[in-house]
Amino acid sequence: MSPAEIREEIIDILGDIAPDENLDDLVDEKNFREQLELDSMDFLDIVMELRKRHRVQIPEEDYGNLASMHTTVTYLEPKMREIVKA
Amino acid sequence: MIALSRVDTLPDSQRIVITGIGLTSPNGNDWATFRQSLLEKRSGVRPYNIRYFGDTLAGVCDFDTSRYQTKKDLRRGTRAGSVGIYAANESIKHSGLDWANVDRSRVGIYIGVTEHGNVETENEIFLIKGFDYDTSCWSHHHNPRTVANNPAGEIALNLGVTGPHYTIGAACAAGNAGLIQGAQMLRLDECDIALAGGTSESIHTFGIFASFNSQNALAKHSDPAQASRPFDRDRNGIVVAEGGCIYTLERLSDAKARGAEIYGELAGYAINTDATDFVLPNPERQAQCVNLALKRAGLEAEQIDIVSTHATGTSSGDTQECDALRRVFGNCKTVRINNTKSFIGHAMGAAGALELAGNLPSFRDGIVHPTINVDNLDPSCDLPGLVANEVQETSGVDYILNNSFGMLGINSVVIIRRV
Repeated sequence: MSPAEIREEIIDILGDIAPDENLDDLVDEKNFREQLELDSMDFLDIVMELRKRHRVQIPEEDYGNLASMHTTVTYLEPKMREIVKA
Repeated sequence: MIALSRVDTLPDSQRIVITGIGLTSPNGNDWATFRQSLLEKRSGVRPYNIRYFGDTLAGVCDFDTSRYQTKKDLRRGTRAGSVGIYAANESIKHSGLDWANVDRSRVGIYIGVTEHGNVETENEIFLIKGFDYDTSCWSHHHNPRTVANNPAGEIALNLGVTGPHYTIGAACAAGNAGLIQGAQMLRLDECDIALAGGTSESIHTFGIFASFNSQNALAKHSDPAQASRPFDRDRNGIVVAEGGCIYTLERLSDAKARGAEIYGELAGYAINTDATDFVLPNPERQAQCVNLALKRAGLEAEQIDIVSTHATGTSSGDTQECDALRRVFGNCKTVRINNTKSFIGHAMGAAGALELAGNLPSFRDGIVHPTINVDNLDPSCDLPGLVANEVQETSGVDYILNNSFGMLGINSVVIIRRV
């Protein structure tokens, strides 16, 4: 997956996790929590969805990388580079 | 003139009244519609399909889930929580309480449940099957969804209630048990407002259908509306239903002080146990429970105007309850006996609370809704006063006695008085 495709995948996951939110205006450089009502259970949902959908494992010590869209895509890019978007 | 009962000797601060009713039933999403459906003999049973088990029948609710919850709330929570949130909000609205200024630390939430957690556990097992049972794909939402207090806790979260909240696990006696618990907590001054009743999400677990089926106790009929047929010779089991009914309960002194409309007063109650079998009821114990409730209320059997039966449409259960009722009401000339499950099926933890709600309007209109689908009355269920198939008008209703019994031999009886 390219960084753009990874971003698209995260948007899709966020759409499930935060169905009441408008994701069109999401600013990639700003923290998710500044823009969306997400709590720790929601972030675990992101981790869980990546595991279920792509078998990507994110260890707990790396959760900090999921702060914003920009840091999330940067962190995931090496892990998802070889995955072919369905 | 309403016959006096024991509550007349109590101070208003120990008398418990119903000041709000919120509900969702397979044939109505508010009290008035539910009542109208019962008077017009409108069933809420329909064809239903659930994974693994397949095609069956169920009482399904179609309340507007978005009225009090966001999409995210619905995704995170449980169906039982959602049913409870809807019923609790409707109850508060109906009560006329100035909710914005209510001290939420003095509100208690007491919700009867038959079971909780089966739906969510089945869902997770179904999902991880797709990952070859890899438990790392088991949701972190599973525990908060399946803890036994979940339906009451979701209501507390939704309403911002910081007083006590918990569920009362009482099998199919739970609706009455929730109401009783709420009344007791008001009398103990643990809260000033009790949101009390029962909820059920049971139609979303295949296990309950499969288990009743294996017990030869699941109803089958080509016409869904005729499947739930207590007291009829051709009854063949239970129609599983979902639903919820939550009462706003207050002390009479508080209700009077705010000029609240009062829909009934708790005159008496009792809970006892058969201690004889896992599933088979015991009419002797059921009769004892009814008599205990009457004694506590300071009433004689002939002073009861309506008996709302528990009967579920199983061959033995209906006969046993009729045996119990004959022991208590056999000589009563004016009592009317009806059944609400014939319309909506068995709403499990909500059943007792819903069935009582279906009868409460009789205090005002004097009309008694029937038990439907009695095409061939089983002679063993031929109770004097049975209101079969057609509504009956009376000269007035002062006392309603509501039966609700459950597995493991739990019996509950509530007596409500007209105010």
